[in-house]
Amino acid sequence: MGEILKVSDLHVYYGNIHAIKGVSFNVNEGEIVTLIGANGAGKTTTMNTIAGLLKPRQGEIEFDGSSIVGVPAHKMVYKGMALCPEGRRVFLQLSVKENLDMGAYSRPAAEIEESLEKVYAHFPRLKERSKQVAGTLSGGEQQMLAMGRALMSKPKLLMLDEPSMGLAPILVEEIFEIIKELNKAGTTILLVEQNARMALSIADRGYVISTGNISLTGTGQELLTNDDVRKAYLGG
Amino acid sequence: MAFIQNLINGIGLGSVYAIIALGYTMVYGIAKMLNFAHGDIIMIGGYVAFCTYTYLGWPVVAAIVASIIICTLLGITVEFLAYKPLRGATSLAVLITAIGVSYFLQNIALIIWTSNTKSFPNMVSFMPSVSIGDITISGTTIITIFACILIMVGLTTFTSKTKLGKAMRAVSEDRGAAELMGINVNVTISLTFAIGSGLAAIAAILFLSAYPTLIPTTGSMPGIKAFTAAVFGGIGSIPGALIGGILLGVIEILAKAYISTQLSDAIVFAVLIIVLIFKPTGLLGKKIREKV
Ligand SMILES: Nc1ncnc2c1ncn2[C@@H]1O[C@H](COP(=O)(O)OP(=O)(O)OP(=O)(O)O)[C@@H](O)[C@H]1O
Ligand SMILES: [Mg+2]
Repeated sequence: MGEILKVSDLHVYYGNIHAIKGVSFNVNEGEIVTLIGANGAGKTTTMNTIAGLLKPRQGEIEFDGSSIVGVPAHKMVYKGMALCPEGRRVFLQLSVKENLDMGAYSRPAAEIEESLEKVYAHFPRLKERSKQVAGTLSGGEQQMLAMGRALMSKPKLLMLDEPSMGLAPILVEEIFEIIKELNKAGTTILLVEQNARMALSIADRGYVISTGNISLTGTGQELLTNDDVRKAYLGG
Repeated sequence: MAFIQNLINGIGLGSVYAIIALGYTMVYGIAKMLNFAHGDIIMIGGYVAFCTYTYLGWPVVAAIVASIIICTLLGITVEFLAYKPLRGATSLAVLITAIGVSYFLQNIALIIWTSNTKSFPNMVSFMPSVSIGDITISGTTIITIFACILIMVGLTTFTSKTKLGKAMRAVSEDRGAAELMGINVNVTISLTFAIGSGLAAIAAILFLSAYPTLIPTTGSMPGIKAFTAAVFGGIGSIPGALIGGILLGVIEILAKAYISTQLSDAIVFAVLIIVLIFKPTGLLGKKIREKV
C-alpha cells in the first residue's frame, strides 16, 4: 500500500506567530491516521494547510505522488482530497440537498446521483431532511451533513477536523462507526480529534502534536497505552 | 387618482433603483465590499448607449447590447485591477479604493465627453403609454417595471436552480468552505461583478430614458439612492434589493408630490435612518445564528 500523503518539515505562520514548527508525518492508502493534541497545538492549522487554505512558509506536502504546496484550495478536491472543516461550516442558508450538490461541485453530473445514494445510505437522516435549510438542522445533523458533503466529492483522502465536537456521546459513537465504515469501503482517513480515546481506538496510527511539533507517534494501541499520552490526553 | 398616478410613477422609478441595487447587493454578498464605483458604471453605460445610438446611428437593440457588453467588461476589469489585489485587506482600504475608482471613471468621462450636458434620447419610446381613466402610465414606466420583474425572476432562478448560482450563494456564505468544494472564488467574484455591471447598463438606459440629463456625474445620485435601497431592503439579499428599491422610489415620488420637491431626498434618507434604527440589518436582512 502506497503513501497517499506525506508532510515534511512543515512550517506555518499567522503573521509573526509561528504556529507549526516543523511537522512531519505520513498517511498510507487505506489507513486511519489520527492527529491528537491539546487546544491550540496546531491540528487545525496543519489540516487547513494541507487543504490549501493556508500557505506554508517552509516544508513539503506530497499528495498522491505530487507536490501540492502552492496549489489553491479549490483545486485540491479535483485531486481527490476532501476536508470536513472544524466547526462544520455547512452552508446554513442552503438546503441539505444543495449542500450535498456543492460537495459534488467537482464531479461530472452523471455520477452525482450514485454518490448521493451512498451518502443517504450512511446518513438516512439527511435524506429525510433533504429540502430543509441547513441552518435549521440540529448540531449533530449538521455534522452529518458536513461529512456527507465532503463524501460527495468521492475523495481518496478524507480529512475530518473534530467531527465529534459538541455532540452527545451516543452521536459520537455513531459518527465513529461511520468513519470506520467509510474506511472499510476504501476511503483513507486523516482524523483530528479532541476525543483522543475514541480516535486512537479506531486509528491504525496516531501522532501527538504539542505546540506545533510532533512529540510522539505510534500505532493507535501503543499510544492508548502510553503513559504520557494517558496523563495528558486520556485523563490519567 | 393623482395618488395612484404618483404611486405608479414611484414604482417605475423604484424599479430602476432595484435593478441598480442588485449590483450593490450581489457584490456585497459575494465580495463583502461596497462597490462605490457602481454608480459610475451606470454613467459609462449611459454614454456608450448614447454614442452608439445617437452618433453612430445603431438600432436601439444594438446600442443596448453594446452598453451591456462594455459595462460588463468594465466591471470585470475594475474588479481585476483595483479590488482583486486588495483581497484580504481591511474594508476601509477597499472602500477608499472604490471611491478612487469612482472619481477615476468620472474624470475619464470628463476627458472623453466633456462636462457639457448631453440630452439622452428616450430609447424605449417604441412602447406607447397606456391610459386608464385619468391615469396615464408612460411607456418608459411600463418597460422599466417589466424589465425589473424579468431581471428579478431571472436572477432568482439563476441563484436557486443553476450550479453556478448555488456556488455564488455558497461563496457569499463561507468563502473558505466554498473553496473546499472546488469552487473558484475569484471566478465567482468576477462573475458577480459582470452581472452587476451588465444590469447597471440596463438601469442606465431605463433611468436616462426617463431623466435624460447625461453628464459625468449622472451616476452618482441614482447610485447612492440604490445603495440606500440595498441597505434599506437588507444588503446581500436579492428580494431585499427589490423591496428596498421600490419603496425608495415610491417614497421619493410621494414626498415630491405631497411634501416638497427640495426635501424629497432628505425625506428618503430620513426614512432609511429610521428603518435602520429599528432594524439594523434592513427589512429582509438575515440574522443567522450558528449552531454549536
Ligand atoms: N487566524 C489565526 N490568527 C492567529 N493565530 C491563529 C489563528 N488561527 C490559529 N492561530 C493560533 O495558532 C495556534 C494553533 O491553532 P489551531 O487552531 O491549529 O489549534 P488546534 O490544535 O486546532 O486547537 P483546537 O483543538 O482548539 O481546535 C494557536 O496558538 C492559535 O492561537
Ligand atoms: Mg482545531
